[in-house]
Amino acid sequence: MKLLRMTPGKGDVLLAEGDPAVAEDEERLVREFRRQLDLGMWAAVPHEGPGGRREATMVRDFSEVPAGAEQVIFFPQAAGG
Amino acid sequence: MRRRYVRNTARDRRAEQRARELLYATAGPEALDTYERFGLLAVENRQYGYLIYPHRPLVAYDAATGELLSEYCVRFRDGSDPEAGERLPDADDVLAKWMALRADEHELIRTANIHPLGRQLDPAMVRRDLEAVRQWRR
Repeated sequence: MKLLRMTPGKGDVLLAEGDPAVAEDEERLVREFRRQLDLGMWAAVPHEGPGGRREATMVRDFSEVPAGAEQVIFFPQAAGG
Repeated sequence: MRRRYVRNTARDRRAEQRARELLYATAGPEALDTYERFGLLAVENRQYGYLIYPHRPLVAYDAATGELLSEYCVRFRDGSDPEAGERLPDADDVLAKWMALRADEHELIRTANIHPLGRQLDPAMVRRDLEAVRQWRR
């Protein structure tokens, strides 16, 4: 699993990568996940829906990330413009 | 000394290219194709559709009739690197809106400031964009 973050001037950057089934990796992924939420990021998990349609799910805790997810994408919280 | 935004065309071009690759991987080849042809994304649910412009409002329309409804202004600002500015690359901005709409349309719409059509975008241009995207998809 990769944790990516959209950033100005760079595009997406890799924050952490690992196998959540491995305890050491999971701990690192959870720590980075929480850090990004504390920084005010939103987290989305892209996936395929019915009929192969591209979908995304917002997650607020690492435990909500679906098993087998390959990526979590962090981006700044939306605000009214 | 406080760091300030420094314009860097080459850096921004690389960031945009990277963002387009993420758009392709996440929203799919048709989304990237739409973005590269028309400079926007188009999302339709059962009742409503949205045209997603980079760093401009979302424009909602009636999915059945194509009637334009309102502008929804949302921003995704990131101040973590002042030299790079606060704006995500254009393709990241539309992808962020796309993911938020796909995941929780009502939450994004609740967050947005709602304005009547024409506040920021020319309604005639938006109608042309919508018609062009719909024709291309047929």
